[in-house]
Amino acid sequence: MKSVSPISKKAHKSAPTPAPAKMQQKAAKAIVKNAAPKKVQQKVVKKAAKPAAKSSATSSAVKAKTTKPTASTSTSKAVHQQPQTSSQKNGMKDVSASVSKKFRLEPKLLIKTHDLMIKSRVLEERLIRMYKQSQGYFWLGGPGEEAFQAPLGLLIHKGKGPQFDFMHFHYRAGAPMLAMGMDPIDAMRQMANVATDPFSGGRNFVSHYSRREWNVVPVTSTIETQYLTAIGSGIAQKRAGGKGITIVTGGDAGTAEGDFASCLIWASRPGNELPMLIIVTNNQFGISTPAATQHGEKNVADRGKAFGIRTATINGNDVEESTFALREAMEYVRKERKPFLLEARVSRLYGHSSATGANFIGNEEDPIVTFENQLEASGVMSRKDMDALREKYTAEMLEQSKQVRNEPMPDASTIYDHTYAGQKGKYW
Amino acid sequence: MANMAQAIRMALHYGEKNLGLKDVFGEDVGPPLGGVFTATQGVECAWNAPLDERGIIGAAMGLAFAGDRCVAEIQFSDYIYNTIDLLKLAGNQCWASNGDWNLPMTVMTPTGSGIRGSIYHSHSFEATATHIPGWKIVMPSNPLDAYGLMLACLKDENPTLYLKPKALMRIRGTEQIPGEPPLTAEGEKQLKEMIDAPLGDRSKWRPKWPELTDYTVEIGKGKIVHEGEHVTVVTYGRMVPIAVQAAEQMAEEGVTAEVIDMRTLWPYDWEMISGSIRKTRRVIFLNEETEVTNFGEHLIRRTVDELFYELEARPKLVAGTFTPGVGLADPLEMACVPQLNHVLDAIREVAAERA
Repeated sequence: MKSVSPISKKAHKSAPTPAPAKMQQKAAKAIVKNAAPKKVQQKVVKKAAKPAAKSSATSSAVKAKTTKPTASTSTSKAVHQQPQTSSQKNGMKDVSASVSKKFRLEPKLLIKTHDLMIKSRVLEERLIRMYKQSQGYFWLGGPGEEAFQAPLGLLIHKGKGPQFDFMHFHYRAGAPMLAMGMDPIDAMRQMANVATDPFSGGRNFVSHYSRREWNVVPVTSTIETQYLTAIGSGIAQKRAGGKGITIVTGGDAGTAEGDFASCLIWASRPGNELPMLIIVTNNQFGISTPAATQHGEKNVADRGKAFGIRTATINGNDVEESTFALREAMEYVRKERKPFLLEARVSRLYGHSSATGANFIGNEEDPIVTFENQLEASGVMSRKDMDALREKYTAEMLEQSKQVRNEPMPDASTIYDHTYAGQKGKYW
Repeated sequence: MANMAQAIRMALHYGEKNLGLKDVFGEDVGPPLGGVFTATQGVECAWNAPLDERGIIGAAMGLAFAGDRCVAEIQFSDYIYNTIDLLKLAGNQCWASNGDWNLPMTVMTPTGSGIRGSIYHSHSFEATATHIPGWKIVMPSNPLDAYGLMLACLKDENPTLYLKPKALMRIRGTEQIPGEPPLTAEGEKQLKEMIDAPLGDRSKWRPKWPELTDYTVEIGKGKIVHEGEHVTVVTYGRMVPIAVQAAEQMAEEGVTAEVIDMRTLWPYDWEMISGSIRKTRRVIFLNEETEVTNFGEHLIRRTVDELFYELEARPKLVAGTFTPGVGLADPLEMACVPQLNHVLDAIREVAAERA
């Protein structure tokens, strides 16, 4: 049961096949470990509201969320605070709860965001299945971050060059890539490391996206170096003027690296502040290590305050809260040409990566479950429509994964290609 | 008669006026100092960065991603070691993206010994640098090459590492940089007045640049700086003038050494090196890096692989000692790093070895 997605009954069809017994044992241990930090997470999320409300730098939208709880905030808290049912105690969340919500976003955008979230989740689950069927060597990605990553993707000003947004993503950015127009099959191609992989030609791990046409610089496995490279495009965009900004994303564990501190310092040099939206998606873990055992700061975003950087800590499992916070932060960065540090508390539903089993972790909030319950209870979408959407994507991506099976592997003779710009074959 | 620091300065100025160079940055690179070796003095686009090597390399990468050409300085190569993973990333972005991205950026850093810099201002970096694919690596040995190699770096579409041999930063050239005043004492004085910042308050000082023109030393091309018949000495950077001095002395003993200044460490001029070895059949690889996993060892390996049956003596490496640092005291530094007498002994030994 633990390896089954709870989104809908039909969703079970696309859930990964059960892991080997040994792996399941490991996953069970991980779930037990995760139980305690979950309590910590709830506590911290609630506490996060206080400093955000007091901060004069906090955006009005975020203030509204934190000082005067709206339906959105209270709903997300309600999800956190619901008494556990027997199924939750067994590692699954209760999906029967219907939570009515008065949305502030237009239904059209809610439906679009939901579409993107489902597309992203189905893709991740397809990639996991490909990994488990030996159609790839390794999986990692962003299931659990959709309520934040999808709104982020929909707000990106896509294009090439400093007048458009520059993305320095980490490896949980499937939803923004889909929002920007990525065909899911391209992610599958990278998973299968075939020659048609448009991001690396079969050279890099899955979710290591790269697309020059969209200002998406290559995702690295180094955890935090993107906070350094972001400085440079920030400098170029400050000089260029216009509305283009630099967006950098990373996880909470990696903020322990000095590179994160470097980013804050360089982004806030007096008189040379940079137009950077610095994002930390905080899932409370570094692989298996709980953040609460390593980080004394209440919120990662608080570190920005020492540099005079505007900050906010939000519930990234809430679509509306994420959307409004991102809008506010982006508007500030685009207009003022100064940095904003945004911390989003998110879930991590399949663990860190395939290195920890890539099995469904049942004791964390699933933002899609939360959102779908709200959409259904509020009459924005019907369960039938939501299930049909998921079924459609599941079928489409299954076919795409079959297509990838027939695509060629890269030729060994190409190993030296592109060591240098424009170079083919051995260079020396 | 520019010195190497002035030559680099003039190249950067030419770059910012003609080659789209937008940023020269690093620790103390901008006014008022203009670099600890004054190599960036007066350059308009030079600015001071936080004391943060990782931030400097990361910023250079980001600028290159955005299409802005820059030269980032690490104040001493001893301090570049904490950026190794970033250098690896910069070197692999083109390859990792299957050719979609390339990073036109230059990192320059003073390297090697010779200024009594003790443990953390004397180390070399080329053994590590040449181990990182995706970079082009140059090291000049004279002011004209310093100018021409910098222009080559600024025109290249890849990450380029410009190693400045710090012991040579004040040596004066014997070849004129296109546009600099005549190579006379008067010309030297004139250039100094034009582009050297005065002591004291520099807030109102602006350089008066000579009318510089393009001069590019092609990356990957070495230069034979002393012709000979009996032994080939392959070297670069600070060791070039020492090798030439040794060759001149050995000529008096009847042994002629051919000295090759590699100028580019990667990609290197194997055609020139192998051609010379085929002629002399004896070779010495000379540099001041620590001797274990030294770049010269790679060159010896290739020599053995491709030229073994043409050799009349064992190829030899003359390099720095494998010690954790370069000692400060005179006898210690001179024991750590090859000196003239070491090179002379090596040439005598290799020339005398029976085939």
